[in-house]
Amino acid sequence: MSSVPLLSLIIFVPWAGALLLASLPRLGAPASRVLALAFSLSTLVLALAALGSFDCASTGYQFVERHGWIGALNSDYHLGLDGLSLLLVLLTGLLAPACMLASWRNIPDPRFFGLLFLLLQGAALGVFLALDFFHWFIFWELSLIPAYFLIKLWGGPRAAHAAYQFVIYTIGGSAFLLLGFVAIFAATGTLDFVRLASLGANGALGAKLATLGSFWPHAVFLGVFLGFAVKVPLFPFHTWLPPAYAEAPTGVSMFLTGVMSKMGVYGFLRLLWPLFPGPLHAASVPLVWLALGGAVLGAFAAMRQTDLKRMIAYSSVNHVSYCLLALFAVSSATGRSGLTSEAAAAALSGTLLQMFNHGLSAAALFYCVGVLETRAGGRRDLGGFGGVQTAAPVFAGLCGIAMFSSLGLPGLNGFVGEFLIFRGVWGLVPWAAAVACLGLFATAFFLITFWQRVFHGPRAGAASAEFADLGRLDLAVLSPLIALMVILGVLPQLQTMLFNPLITMWANHLNLP
Amino acid sequence: MSLLPWTLYLSAAGALLALAGGMRSARTARWIALVTAAGAWVLTLLAATRFVPGPRLQTLVDAPWIPAMGVRYHLAADGISLTLLVLTGLAATAGVLFSWNIEERTGEFFALFLTLVAGVYGVFLSADALVLFVFYEVAIVPKYFLIAGWGSTNREYGAMKLALYSFAGSSMVLAGLLWAYAAGGGHGFGFEDLAQATAALSRHQQIAIFALVFFGFATLAGIFPLHTWAPTGHVAAPTAASMLLAGVVMKLGAYGCLRVALPLSPVGFAYWQAPIAWLAVIGIVYAGLVALMQEDLKFVIGYSSVSHMGFVLLGIAVANAQAVSGAVLQMFSHGVIAGLLFAVVGRMVYDRTHTRKLADLRAMPLHRLLPFAAAVFVVAGVASMGLPGFSGFPAELTILIGAWKRAPAWAAVAALGVLVAAAFTLRAIQLSFFGSVEQPQPPGSDRPADHALHFAPITVAEKAGALLLVAATVLIGLNPDLLLNWINPALQSPLLQAALKAGTP
Amino acid sequence: MNPDYAGLFLALKPETALVVGAVAVLGLDLSVFRRHAAAERLRLALWVASLAVLTAGVNVWLGPRGPAFGGVLMLDHLAVATRLGVLVLTLLTLGVARGAAVPHQPAEYVAVVLFAATGLMLMAAAQQLLLVFLSLELASLSLYVLAGFDRARPESAEAALKYFLFGGMASAFLLFGFSLIYGVTGSIELPRIAAQVSLQGADPLLMVALVMVLVAFGFKVAAAPFHLWAPDVYQGAPTPSAALIASASKLAGFTLFTRLLWPGFHAAVGNVAAPTFGPGWLPTVAVVSAASLLLGNLAALAQSSLRRLLAYSAIAHAGALLLGVMAAGRSGPAPLFYYASTYGLAAVGAFGVISAMERGGRCEYITDLAGLHRRSPLLAGCLAVFILSLAGIPPLAGFFGKFTVFAAALRLGGVAGPAGWLAILAIALSTVALYYYLIVLKQALIAAPAADARPIRVPRTTALTLVAAAGLIVWFGLDPAQLLGLF
Repeated sequence: MSSVPLLSLIIFVPWAGALLLASLPRLGAPASRVLALAFSLSTLVLALAALGSFDCASTGYQFVERHGWIGALNSDYHLGLDGLSLLLVLLTGLLAPACMLASWRNIPDPRFFGLLFLLLQGAALGVFLALDFFHWFIFWELSLIPAYFLIKLWGGPRAAHAAYQFVIYTIGGSAFLLLGFVAIFAATGTLDFVRLASLGANGALGAKLATLGSFWPHAVFLGVFLGFAVKVPLFPFHTWLPPAYAEAPTGVSMFLTGVMSKMGVYGFLRLLWPLFPGPLHAASVPLVWLALGGAVLGAFAAMRQTDLKRMIAYSSVNHVSYCLLALFAVSSATGRSGLTSEAAAAALSGTLLQMFNHGLSAAALFYCVGVLETRAGGRRDLGGFGGVQTAAPVFAGLCGIAMFSSLGLPGLNGFVGEFLIFRGVWGLVPWAAAVACLGLFATAFFLITFWQRVFHGPRAGAASAEFADLGRLDLAVLSPLIALMVILGVLPQLQTMLFNPLITMWANHLNLP
Repeated sequence: MSLLPWTLYLSAAGALLALAGGMRSARTARWIALVTAAGAWVLTLLAATRFVPGPRLQTLVDAPWIPAMGVRYHLAADGISLTLLVLTGLAATAGVLFSWNIEERTGEFFALFLTLVAGVYGVFLSADALVLFVFYEVAIVPKYFLIAGWGSTNREYGAMKLALYSFAGSSMVLAGLLWAYAAGGGHGFGFEDLAQATAALSRHQQIAIFALVFFGFATLAGIFPLHTWAPTGHVAAPTAASMLLAGVVMKLGAYGCLRVALPLSPVGFAYWQAPIAWLAVIGIVYAGLVALMQEDLKFVIGYSSVSHMGFVLLGIAVANAQAVSGAVLQMFSHGVIAGLLFAVVGRMVYDRTHTRKLADLRAMPLHRLLPFAAAVFVVAGVASMGLPGFSGFPAELTILIGAWKRAPAWAAVAALGVLVAAAFTLRAIQLSFFGSVEQPQPPGSDRPADHALHFAPITVAEKAGALLLVAATVLIGLNPDLLLNWINPALQSPLLQAALKAGTP
Repeated sequence: MNPDYAGLFLALKPETALVVGAVAVLGLDLSVFRRHAAAERLRLALWVASLAVLTAGVNVWLGPRGPAFGGVLMLDHLAVATRLGVLVLTLLTLGVARGAAVPHQPAEYVAVVLFAATGLMLMAAAQQLLLVFLSLELASLSLYVLAGFDRARPESAEAALKYFLFGGMASAFLLFGFSLIYGVTGSIELPRIAAQVSLQGADPLLMVALVMVLVAFGFKVAAAPFHLWAPDVYQGAPTPSAALIASASKLAGFTLFTRLLWPGFHAAVGNVAAPTFGPGWLPTVAVVSAASLLLGNLAALAQSSLRRLLAYSAIAHAGALLLGVMAAGRSGPAPLFYYASTYGLAAVGAFGVISAMERGGRCEYITDLAGLHRRSPLLAGCLAVFILSLAGIPPLAGFFGKFTVFAAALRLGGVAGPAGWLAILAIALSTVALYYYLIVLKQALIAAPAADARPIRVPRTTALTLVAAAGLIVWFGLDPAQLLGLF
């Protein structure tokens, strides 16, 4: 690889932007916006550069950067990129500028907003790229602080409480996560993900933790699990999510659901599963139930919402639960006969696709709700609109595509992921797939209700004559997302080629202890 | 290294000069104080550059002092002391910067302040238990006058309570030390001498001596349930004194526990280890919960100090290499962070708004009126929560790792404290600085309240002090090896090893 | 035995100098200075007296060592050190008197101070019961007079009367005790008594005698429960008199009784820790010491009058000093002497500050100190040194006094030893003591002055005296080996 520390650049360019904004207190609003957007775009540029020289056939980490750091904790500055991370970096690169654009207007003090947003972006990227717990955890935790302020300072009327709840829940989870890694370090003396994964794969990690008592490996697993479960969130740890997503400003909601919820799923895939294959397998049946709970109850809860933003928020719970469902199903099948490996590969591919696709569709949907909200002067209740299609046909069209992507219409990207998940889960844990179908139906139901009530019928409520169609700015936000939904719906191999070797390797390792 | 004793002499001389300078003008006294405090800090840093980490205390001065009693004026330093000396210099310099606005009896204020600093330097440099004790007491008295003379809220009560608790603690220490000394036939107060003398006593006596000395020192470190002096004292104290009290003086107690009590009687330590650890853990959680309930911002910080010192005590009680090095790191980290928090609350906010009630602060859009203070408070708060990237994180992490190795239950309860810390810190941040932002407003449409309230801008001195401390916490947060490389070799000293061995089942 | 009068004269040259000085003060006042104003007469008298004290000091320093006049006097290290200490404290008292209110008969006042000092000097060296009694009486009678010297104030008369009555009773006890000792041992010379006692063992009659002596001792040093005179005397006596009573008189008293008890009755020590509470003076002293520590420290908490507070603190200090007496047998008199002399410095200093303040108004209650830091920074600073030294805060001398005495007490047999538990008790009570000392300092250094308070002008001599006392306290604190190494 070239000597350019590409991954460090990906992480730190947004932070450099934040620093620049912080050091220019007198910068005007327009200049701040442009500057923030430019730095936000850097991720996409750099990620594409990485994509250009990414070796799709390799399963190992690429662009690795490793420097000695903290001797006392045996901890290195260690960054690396594989298909999974690249996918998520690309997603972040796509969504971050979209979120900045979505916050172009109606945001007081854009300099400070941009500053916090760039901090958040850099932290999220750090989570996806760091391979050593010490700085991974720095990024993981530091992402909370800008998120907290973004929700609190620019959010809705009950934002303060929502933000507090969000951070406390997540830090609560993190405390358990931290404790888990404390135990892991105490047992193994390393915090390096790669080394820990190899220890986890051959069962040495569990054995080392068990020296204190057979109870402790499970306790440590539970701690790490809680940390990620709150972040995703997995049912029943999701109660912070609806208020936080609903109160956050549009651009921030987009980023929260598009990128930050993926941090949790990423944690499951990168850490929990490789480190604790045994305990995860042991716990997989109850966990499958929890994931099903999220998928089904999330969808039904969304159905009951009248606040559109909360509806999308609950639909997010539903969608990310599919990712976890697939993972838990795969884990439950570990060790069974070789027949399952194909199904497992499908389920895992589906998970990765779903992470990306949900990022696109949920972000787009939040933006659409945001459009409705600004046009209607703050209203966003289901009953407050009607016949928007006639007033704003372009908007209705793009929003429709996002919705159908979200509910998994074939031909759009959402379909591919969900289909693969269902196919995989069906092959592994058929009853779970059957139950999960309930969630699918409910999702279809509430999204179509949304579609019908808001866009169809006679004009009503806030959708009066002056309801303007999408402007250039709106198009700039939505069109790339919608375009990708269509493209990836037709050509999912654009994504799968990034991580197929990885999936194959994971699926092949299932029979190991 | 041989420069280190001059920190002590320089601060003492600075105290006298500041007193004299204060008779001329407040300005003179301030500059004298700043120059001496910063000068002493520079001395510690210079010494640090030439420091070669090693297991032994490196003798700096050693002369007979009271030959009749075998007392030697013995100053020495190792990695642990050096860490704390650097912290003292930093906290003292920042403290002077945050006291720039003291107008009343300025000379006396800085004289007391520098006397306190000199005492603290002395404690960290002492290699003779009696010399250490003398400096320890030297540090107690100025605290009383600083608080009673320049403090706020209930200051005489807070000052007296603090002085009496400190003095009661030091009386226990004195009793324990004299007991050990007399048992040894009066050979001297060197740490080895005392340890040998104590080892010859019966087990019960050793247990009693250890309890006297350890809990005596731990009182000043704010061990539960002897911590109640700390919040009232910190709240009543003027800003610089709270910074120094929470930041450095509480460390004296912890340092005494580590340097004097542990080596004094490994047998006693083995007996008391579990109770101490549980008290520390209870302190972490209990003080955090109390902080969550406070209505006065400074009380929140006061209790948070107790909670954080619980980690230090836990690290010392756990007594393995990781935990102890983490405890020393936490001493440094908390010194910086507590200083920062008290600086924001006491100086930047209280001196301008004249209130610390969360309910009152909530009504002011402080983050817009004092953006710098808000930013510093957020950074300090985040660091105080133990979020990674700041010095508190590696410290608490290493302590937890060590505690896990010894007894996972301790680590588990302590980790709960991390969560509580996040809760009360966020609550404080939210209510104090970001209270009245229910509806964000575009920049053009300021509410009338914003115009009605106008505060003096943050001064250069305040900014300089805050940036120093922020830089320190970030630097150590990102590169804890800087200090750990000093601390870890020092743990190999025979005396500490004996104690650590006693603490390992 | 041939009386060695030349040796006696040599040994008593310092006392002679003091007496000559006293006579000179009186004579000059009657003749040359007669026409001067009272203040001027006081000034001149003080100069003459100071000269006498200095001469005495030089003579002590250069004078002979060892037993003198057939063992009636013992000029050992302890005696020399105590005599020098008495002289220094007397000199400081004279300095304090310079700034105090002028007594009616200034020359007589100064002369009586010198007579008192003479008595105290003899106490320091006496090694024979007769001389012990005589010197004690000389000092005591002088002190009674000094206590009642201010005829304008009834409190002064009350103080003198109480002091006299209690002191007279103590003298009676002492004399009775001495007579019993003589009856039992057949000697009035301490070395011989010691030899006889170790032969005879603990005779019951001897024990009665010892108790008598101890009662007298208790009165003399104001130890509980024989302390009742102290608060009233400290409160009522003219300030310089109180200073002398609190400082030099205590130092000499402790020296005298240490000499009496240890070499004299070493065999009758008894052991407080023994299962059978054996007869002996050590248990008795231990009880008196505990009572003094408790009563002094606790009663001081309740005082609002500054002088009474100092009186109760003196009682508490007497308790701690008794520990030094108990430990002297094993660790030597060095800790005791260090404690007593540095305590004396602080006490003289504290009374000096009070007397300087009385020039500018009232200094009766603790609250009268309010705002002293504004009214006179010098007085406030010196007071801080004295009070903190009394509280035992390092690096002032008071700390090392306590430290050495407690260490010596603990070495007497550990915590379970006869004085060990007392040392622990005393250490615990020092926290209580800090409370009332800090209350005093809070008024002096923190509180705002009263509205009508004016700056205080301190005469140069007094200022010099106070600074000297404070300087000595700091010096002996920073370098305690200076005093501890004397023995």
